[in-house]
Amino acid sequence: MEPTPAPSDIVVAMQGVVTRFGAHVVHDGVNLEVRRSEIYAIVGGSGSGKSTLLREMILLHRPDSGSIRVLGVDLAGLDDEAALALRQRFGVLFQHGGLFGSLSVLENVGLPLREHTRLDGALIDELALLRLEMAGLAPDVGAQFPSELSGGMMKRASLARALVLDPELLFLDEPTAGLDPQSADGVDDLVRRLRDQSRLTIVMITHDLDLLWQVADRVAVLADGRVQGVGSMAELHRSANQAVRRFFDGPRGRAAEEQQDRLVRARDGAGREVASRPR
Amino acid sequence: MTSPTSDPAVLTQSTPSLISLSGAWTARELAAIVPQARLLRVPGDAPVVAECGRITALDTAGAWVLQSLLLRLQRDGAKVTLTNLAAPFEKLLATVTSQAREQSQRPGVVAARIPGRLEAVGLRVAAAGEQLVALLAFIGESAVALVRVISHPRQIRWRPIAFNIRSGGLEAVPIVALLSFMLGVVVAYQGADQLRHYGANIFVADLVGLSILREFGPLITAIIIAGRSGSAYAAQIGTMAVTEEIDAMRTLGIAPIELLVLPKVIALVIALPLLTVCADIAGVVGGMVMAKAQLDVGYPEFLDRFLKAISVTSYVVGIGKAPVFAAIISAVGCFQGFRTQGGADSVGRQTTVAVVQTIFLVIVADGLFSVAFSALDL
Ligand SMILES: Nc1ncnc2c1ncn2[C@@H]1O[C@H](COP(=O)(O)OP(=O)(O)OP(=O)(O)O)[C@@H](O)[C@H]1O
Ligand SMILES: [Mg+2]
Repeated sequence: MEPTPAPSDIVVAMQGVVTRFGAHVVHDGVNLEVRRSEIYAIVGGSGSGKSTLLREMILLHRPDSGSIRVLGVDLAGLDDEAALALRQRFGVLFQHGGLFGSLSVLENVGLPLREHTRLDGALIDELALLRLEMAGLAPDVGAQFPSELSGGMMKRASLARALVLDPELLFLDEPTAGLDPQSADGVDDLVRRLRDQSRLTIVMITHDLDLLWQVADRVAVLADGRVQGVGSMAELHRSANQAVRRFFDGPRGRAAEEQQDRLVRARDGAGREVASRPR
Repeated sequence: MTSPTSDPAVLTQSTPSLISLSGAWTARELAAIVPQARLLRVPGDAPVVAECGRITALDTAGAWVLQSLLLRLQRDGAKVTLTNLAAPFEKLLATVTSQAREQSQRPGVVAARIPGRLEAVGLRVAAAGEQLVALLAFIGESAVALVRVISHPRQIRWRPIAFNIRSGGLEAVPIVALLSFMLGVVVAYQGADQLRHYGANIFVADLVGLSILREFGPLITAIIIAGRSGSAYAAQIGTMAVTEEIDAMRTLGIAPIELLVLPKVIALVIALPLLTVCADIAGVVGGMVMAKAQLDVGYPEFLDRFLKAISVTSYVVGIGKAPVFAAIISAVGCFQGFRTQGGADSVGRQTTVAVVQTIFLVIVADGLFSVAFSALDL
């Protein structure tokens, strides 16, 4: 159907990944491929193993069997040095930010530079400030501590930190969960802008249907330990697979879809990009 | 960028008006040229060309350094043109430049002012005063809650009280007894030399009995429990404050003081006097063992003298201090826990403060007791 991409264009590849916690099988042969410069979303019900899958991609958890390649590197049998090198090539936005409470926001953002480069402190602060502002935060936020930030600000600051080394690949765990609609809009604008500005590949986990319809290029539906379907939202929408259907057929699924239809019509009618979407 | 062979960024000025840039202009490779870029000077009159064709990689950090350089040269009056910059790099440079322009239009961040020495002293005093007031308010609140609970005895939460008596009292018996025993040994040992000198060996019973029962028993017990339970109270409540459990409790209409503080206070007020009794016994036994070993005072003689020399008052005075110490330990531990705000760091800090303050206050209270008892001739 689609042309198979060249191997060098596959950024993340999982093959036959099996994960068990005791007797509980979470993944039972997951296969997926993320291509360069796309926004790839993973969706699925609560407890379907999305976070675990992400943890496996970012070297925080080892699958019981199966192979995972990230940025062309096989994760099995990676030594410490290779793991460190690989870790510097991707950024992760954790669900709760993962900002260090003992450091100010600016220090948090500058930390990877301080640890992994030999740049001087003043330049690092300048770069961290630049990143903060590119993530849409006011400069005075830099002096604050993570405990003083709102949820949306925390996500932005943590995104700034994830991006400070210009990674090739960005992982987002529930980037809009727990945010008010306006902040959520801000975050998806940010994600879209990121992808447009650089050739960044983004893998995200989300429950946010709006984010899926408007931002994701391809979506994988995870259920019963396997990927049940992959494709754009429109393609998945036509799928006959039960697990995929369940995802669309709730009232929220329909509302988001109608919203999308309206937006498309408005965009075609007015001939301009609709920047923010009412909910 | 990821290959181990590095490709450092290079900046060379071949003629005054020709700068050539090459290598990877990325955060990892930039360090060497940053000072060089700051010192670079070009003639103000002639046009300057920056040849960028051999830049192999550019990231945000590199673009920032490059745009800072261009901006400074322009401000110095030079006209700089970039040549042969690859298209994606150009785009990144444009993004960073526009961001930088926006930044420069906004007033800079005002760094937090560092207070002068005198001001710092003043701020500390003010903070200490505020904390004292808050502590008194907390004690008052707890007392009101205690009265309310006592007047409705059905509301007393026996399960957490029993749990706290076990974890804070029963489980502390071995360590309290051991340390008190050793203290008794030390006291007798230190006194032995002097007593032997005067041939007053038997008075070791007075020495050990009075010092352990009146002072050391209650004090060592309180200090151990401050370190053991006071810190645990502060850490537990502090963690709950950080994870919003305290807020949740308030929202559910449960007073955190009643659920978290009162059981601890009540349990410790019951447990600490009992622990003090253990400490007294262990301490006296320690002294007795030492008396036999060093001074040839047998156990029957020691006990005989002990009964004659030590009044019940001494014993009661010692035990009587324990409930007060217990109230101090539990109140300060819980109070510092509630003052936790922010994250993991704050929990650690408040726990430390709790232990230090508790021990300080216990010793101050002990001093006040001594003054009061001597005024009362006890
Ligand atoms: N460390 C662990 N030990 C035991 N079981 C675990 C562990 N981590 C995850 N699990 C189990 O694995 C399953 C998948 O968990 P995971 O966190 O990946 O779900 P999820 O898809 O991210 O769900 P949600 O959308 O609620 O975040 C769950 O059933 C969970 O109980
Ligand atoms: Mg999850």
